[in-house]
Amino acid sequence: MPALCRDCLTPFETGRRCPACGRPRVLSHPELYDLAIAHMDCDAFYASVEKRDNPELRDKPVIIGGGKRGVVSTACYIARIKGVRSAMPMFQALKLCPEAVVVKGRMDVYAAVSRQIRAMMEDLTPAIEPLSLDEAFLDLSGTARLHGKPPAVLLAGLVRRMKTDLGITGSIGLSHNKFLAKIASDLDKPQGFAVIGRAETADFLADKPVRLIWGIGDAGQQALDKAGIRTFGDLRRWDREALTARFGSMGTRLWHLARGEDQRRVTRDRGAKSISNETTFSDDISDPDLLDGHLWRMAEKVADRAKAKSLAGRVVTLKLKKRDFTTVTRRHALPDPTQMADRIYRCARGLMDQLPAGTEYRLIGVGLSEIVPADLADREGNLLDPGEARRLGAERAADRIRAKFGEDAILKGRALR
Amino acid sequence: MKISIERAALLRAVAQAQSVVERRNTIPILANVLIEAEGDTVSFRATDLDIEVVDKAPAKVDRAGATTVGAVTLHEIVRKLPDGALVELTEDAAAGRLEVRAGRSHFSLATLPREDFPVMATSEYTANFSAKAPALRRLFDKSKFAISTEETRYYLNGVYFHVADAGGTKMLRAVATDGHRLARIDEPLPEGAEAMPGVIVPRKTVGELRKLLDDDEAVIAVSVSETKIRFATPEITLTSKVIDGAFPDYARVIPEGNTRRLEVDASDFAKAVDRVATVSSERSRAVKLQLDEDRLILSVTAPDSGNAEEELAVAYGDEKLEIGFNAKYLLEIASQVDRENAVFLFNTAGDPTLMREGDDASAVYVVMPMRV
Repeated sequence: MPALCRDCLTPFETGRRCPACGRPRVLSHPELYDLAIAHMDCDAFYASVEKRDNPELRDKPVIIGGGKRGVVSTACYIARIKGVRSAMPMFQALKLCPEAVVVKGRMDVYAAVSRQIRAMMEDLTPAIEPLSLDEAFLDLSGTARLHGKPPAVLLAGLVRRMKTDLGITGSIGLSHNKFLAKIASDLDKPQGFAVIGRAETADFLADKPVRLIWGIGDAGQQALDKAGIRTFGDLRRWDREALTARFGSMGTRLWHLARGEDQRRVTRDRGAKSISNETTFSDDISDPDLLDGHLWRMAEKVADRAKAKSLAGRVVTLKLKKRDFTTVTRRHALPDPTQMADRIYRCARGLMDQLPAGTEYRLIGVGLSEIVPADLADREGNLLDPGEARRLGAERAADRIRAKFGEDAILKGRALR
Repeated sequence: MKISIERAALLRAVAQAQSVVERRNTIPILANVLIEAEGDTVSFRATDLDIEVVDKAPAKVDRAGATTVGAVTLHEIVRKLPDGALVELTEDAAAGRLEVRAGRSHFSLATLPREDFPVMATSEYTANFSAKAPALRRLFDKSKFAISTEETRYYLNGVYFHVADAGGTKMLRAVATDGHRLARIDEPLPEGAEAMPGVIVPRKTVGELRKLLDDDEAVIAVSVSETKIRFATPEITLTSKVIDGAFPDYARVIPEGNTRRLEVDASDFAKAVDRVATVSSERSRAVKLQLDEDRLILSVTAPDSGNAEEELAVAYGDEKLEIGFNAKYLLEIASQVDRENAVFLFNTAGDPTLMREGDDASAVYVVMPMRV
């Protein structure tokens, strides 16, 4: 059976230790050198970056997240032992792990590290599909000739290089499609390398819960539960027509996934589907003036990101979370797309004004979706709002000032509320 | 209730009723049409709680009475019956059924009690006047394309129907806008309309009203209050709530000082716009107008699919101008012109443009340019 030493990258035939360096980090699989679709997922990425930059944190549980009211965005493996998980409210995380060091995220640093990792991946293949800062799909089909090494060796080399050059560890899932590669990268974390071959696909999936399918959340799970589908084995017993009749186009996809089939390609830059920003308040807010200030800042951040990427959106979404954690979302389609804070803010404000006043909220968010290129945005004037053209002109001027003199060179009084 | 009625008369009445009925509604009775027979007429009443239509038709009434039955089903049945058929409607109150018989066809339809049928509260109308069908037709037909579909600005979801002063003469006026284009149509003020309060007639009502206006000779009795408007012919009475909101002050939107005048054959212009817009598949397709001495170049540039250009001979004597518009808006306003040339009055590439038919100020259109 083909095998590979993950430390010195020596390929060999069977054995529990590497014949070259004698170490035991050996990867062996019958299809090891026949598979080319991979998913790379960094291990507790934000926390790893923090530990790397501050060695004092190395042996302590570290949680990345904001404020006493925020949620956990990443927990290091020490904190995970105590039960801390991503997306858990901070107070709950601190109850489980009171000794944890809470670090406010440094997104700019993470983004910089992410770019370095991306550059390393670029050395292997142009077919990279980043899912977020810390994970990406790679398609290494046809690269063996170029590099003189099969994909498995290249991937083992990638994580080794990430560890030595950047001090960041990652896990690899290697399989014959994206769906399985993504599942695989999670099997052996941290510093894992898991392989799901074609021959074993059906057996591997049989008793796995369908929840493994990316995109199936609580609602999807409930719908499947109702149909008596819990595992992939259950799913396989349904014929294609029945699944399609019951779940629509998702049904067809489920039928394929049940068989471990996934035809999606690894595509570079899928492009953003939406741009959004949200903030959790340190204390619940019902004061309309305060909410208005937050709304403006959120709209401005969304607009800034849209402008930075030369994108615009047609649909504005307002999201508010009440004290009891129920979420209210309202959306509105604009007649023509925008990337301007003024228009996003006014639209979101209109949506907020339709909600009952006096409600206490813990979170506010603004989003922009139905993304289009910026040159299609803000082209149509508004007859009924003759001031709009002037306000948009002022915003463009302010953007130029900020570009020249810095972010805080000019801001709206509203932003100070 | 037992009546015999001619298929054609029944079809017309039921067709009007079923178009008012909301397709998706949660209150079962609202899907029904109320049939009331008395004397020698039968009336068909349908409502969506905002609009009520009552359509009377002559019939042979053997037994007076009333019941309600699914409007869409009844319409479908009548539509499929052969021309010239005599239709017999018999209520079987005990079984809760309405028997529909025509020739050898027989249908038995479930009914709901007439008592459950909501009847729109009567209103004190502050103005009552008569208007000729062609006048109302012109007011609403030429303005309705500009009605907004944006639900957040509900006060734009209709035609603002009111009395206005046009150069010292009081006129009956219809205005609609969605913020990108605006239509303002005037008709001579009918006697008795002076006291009419300005009301916003909802889009759906405008659509239903249209069915009353096909006959050029018809005279429509119009009644208006602050909250309702009613249009009536001898057969059909259409009553509608009006939109409860303030229509924006449109007068300040209509440019007065635009001096750059372009005169063009409206149909040639529309066809050219339509042709050049073909190359773009975007949702809002921008057409660029380049104006120079008696020459208009229309062009569309679509980065992904190509570009198109067309030149038109026009009357234009002002300085050069480049201005962009949404192709759809240009097509819509150009298609309102049916007698003379279209006259466009421009200011700058960023200001609203005015369009009218020749020098006729009784129908003006304003359209906002688009950055190209």
